[in-house]
Amino acid sequence: MLRIMNNDILLDVNNLHAGIEGKEILKGINLTIRPGEVHVIMGPNGSGKSTLSSVLAGNPVFTVTEGSATFHGMDLLSLSPEDRSHEGLFLSFQYPVEIPGVSMVNFMRAAINAKRKYFHQEPLSAGDFLKLMRQKRAVVELDNKLASRSVNEGFSGGEKKRNEIFQMAMLEPRLSILDETDSGLDIDALRIVSEGVNKLKSSENATIVITHYQRLLDYIKPDFVHVLYKGRIVRSAGPELALELEQRGYDWIKQEIDEKFE
Amino acid sequence: MMPMDALKQYIDLYTDNAEVIDSHSAPVLNELRQTACDLLKSSRFPTKKDEGFHKTSINDMFAPDFGVNINRYNIPVDVAESFRCDIPNVSTLLAVVVNDRFVATRPLLNNLPEGVTVTSLAAAARLHPELVKKYYGRIAPGDNVNVALNNMLVQDGVFIHLSKNVVLEKPLQLVNIFDGPAPMAAFRRVLIVAEENSFANILVCDHTRNRDGAYLSSEVMEVMLEKGASVGLYGIEESSANTARYSQMFVRQEHDSSFSAASSTLLNGVTRNDYNVSLNGENCSAELAGIVIADGKSHIDNNSNVIHNAPHCRSNQLFKYLLDGESSGAFEGSIVVRPEAPFTEGYQSNHNILASDKARMHTRPQLLIFNDEVKCSHGATTGQLDPDALFYMQTRGIPVDQARRLLMQAFMSDAVDTIRVDAIRDRLRHLLERRLTGEDLLCAECGSDCHK
Repeated sequence: MLRIMNNDILLDVNNLHAGIEGKEILKGINLTIRPGEVHVIMGPNGSGKSTLSSVLAGNPVFTVTEGSATFHGMDLLSLSPEDRSHEGLFLSFQYPVEIPGVSMVNFMRAAINAKRKYFHQEPLSAGDFLKLMRQKRAVVELDNKLASRSVNEGFSGGEKKRNEIFQMAMLEPRLSILDETDSGLDIDALRIVSEGVNKLKSSENATIVITHYQRLLDYIKPDFVHVLYKGRIVRSAGPELALELEQRGYDWIKQEIDEKFE
Repeated sequence: MMPMDALKQYIDLYTDNAEVIDSHSAPVLNELRQTACDLLKSSRFPTKKDEGFHKTSINDMFAPDFGVNINRYNIPVDVAESFRCDIPNVSTLLAVVVNDRFVATRPLLNNLPEGVTVTSLAAAARLHPELVKKYYGRIAPGDNVNVALNNMLVQDGVFIHLSKNVVLEKPLQLVNIFDGPAPMAAFRRVLIVAEENSFANILVCDHTRNRDGAYLSSEVMEVMLEKGASVGLYGIEESSANTARYSQMFVRQEHDSSFSAASSTLLNGVTRNDYNVSLNGENCSAELAGIVIADGKSHIDNNSNVIHNAPHCRSNQLFKYLLDGESSGAFEGSIVVRPEAPFTEGYQSNHNILASDKARMHTRPQLLIFNDEVKCSHGATTGQLDPDALFYMQTRGIPVDQARRLLMQAFMSDAVDTIRVDAIRDRLRHLLERRLTGEDLLCAECGSDCHK
């Protein structure tokens, strides 16, 4: 398949170290992502996959101790989480947060209009906003009833994940990080979510897929597969690596790496 | 050092002016004064040492040397201005109360349906003495110090009467405006009688026009719901940092009646609200909600007491506080289920958010159950805004300040939702939003012109 590749670098992570409460979790991450690419990050439990996504999104719980992350030429780590969002970073949460009392409509309108304000645009009219909601809901077949409820409140696991992809469709990010988006999904929900992600893919944007399992990769085709282990990317290759991991597990990589660092 | 006995100055005031006070009032109101005075001579105001008042001293609240408008000087108020307090997109029947003086408005007089009376309490006591006498002083216990004080000094207030089967579709709005030479105290009495199967919703807004002046607002409300009556009573306090308020509500419900009250404290100095609801007939429902947003050094104490005296009644209490700055909040609430009230459902919750390190909350929920056939629960929580929710919203591009505001509004939403009138709910949501964005409250639209 011929893919239109863009040589501009979208995200350049260089020797990134970060931790929580003095405990280092990321121990020198290097990662380069260009527009149009799909990267998959796999790895055993506790290797730092979710920490990496949280740090890139700006979760204040984590402290960056060393290294840099450049997002289309900007110093990502100096931006607030909201400005990272405006600049085109999107994180689909492993556990989307329930916000009782805040309706999806108000939440999304606040998000869209904050972004428009950031780019010195007028807020969307109520009519245009609802039209946009309708249009984007269709991407993940999100029920209108869900859109009128409080954010994620009482949503099933699958509905929450669909809601994440709906928000992604609304915000049109340049880089999406899907953190374990496949976890807790049945096969139908997995298909809907994956199709949603594929519909949103373009030569201008890129995706990082964090997952435990190969099964999501039946739907979302990666260009690169990385293995994260003990806070470092220890192996990067093409899609064939995911298949190999599915067959052989992580132990052989763990062994190799543990020997190397002993 | 002995605390100053704040009560004495009020007893002296009455003793010195009894004739003048009587002459401005009506026999029905005057009848209770001397008994109240005699009782007060051997009483004192509650202090923090007294049960139920651990966080709020009524003695301190009443101690300053306030003036009382005994001679009924006409404190002018531009009534037309008050119409700007009117709720947008809904036509309400509006009355204004200046301190304790009832001021009728023409639209109110022209639009009240037959069978509905909304008037000055003093006037009603003169015109319909038998009717007023039937309820006045019968619901609020005369041996309560503050009720006795009100019985002794009250000169006017509001009388609302709904005849049997009358449905008041439009909400009724009372705008209490505090104004005049400060420091000043006013003793206001509100008597609401909803006869059999009548229906009404009432919004009461408290404003202090002169925010620099020290005021004391002392209010006793008596609410009677006869068989099958339905009353919503919604209060919004937006007074000033120099206003002290002690408001007591006494509600008596007969069978099949339904009562809903929600009090919002949006701007205040020192506030104490007492809610006393007696469910005296079968199959009643009572819902109490409290919404508090406080900052600076303001203090707000809500005290609720719901007494189940009859079987098959439901009560629900929900009080929510959002405390910032050095403000302090207190909530003490109880559900009492008497032996003669089996099949009771009674719930109570108090949830609080402390938005600063210096804000303080004291909460004490209580259940007193003397019956086995009940479903009751109570609970209280005090915490901070959910950091996970804040971060989630930020990752969607919502600036942190706005995210905080949305969460604060969301925190209040279930309490706001207890209000039965759409327009009043919307109004309150709008006010909460303005309050949380730090905008002046009603003032842009409202006639209390405190913003000037």
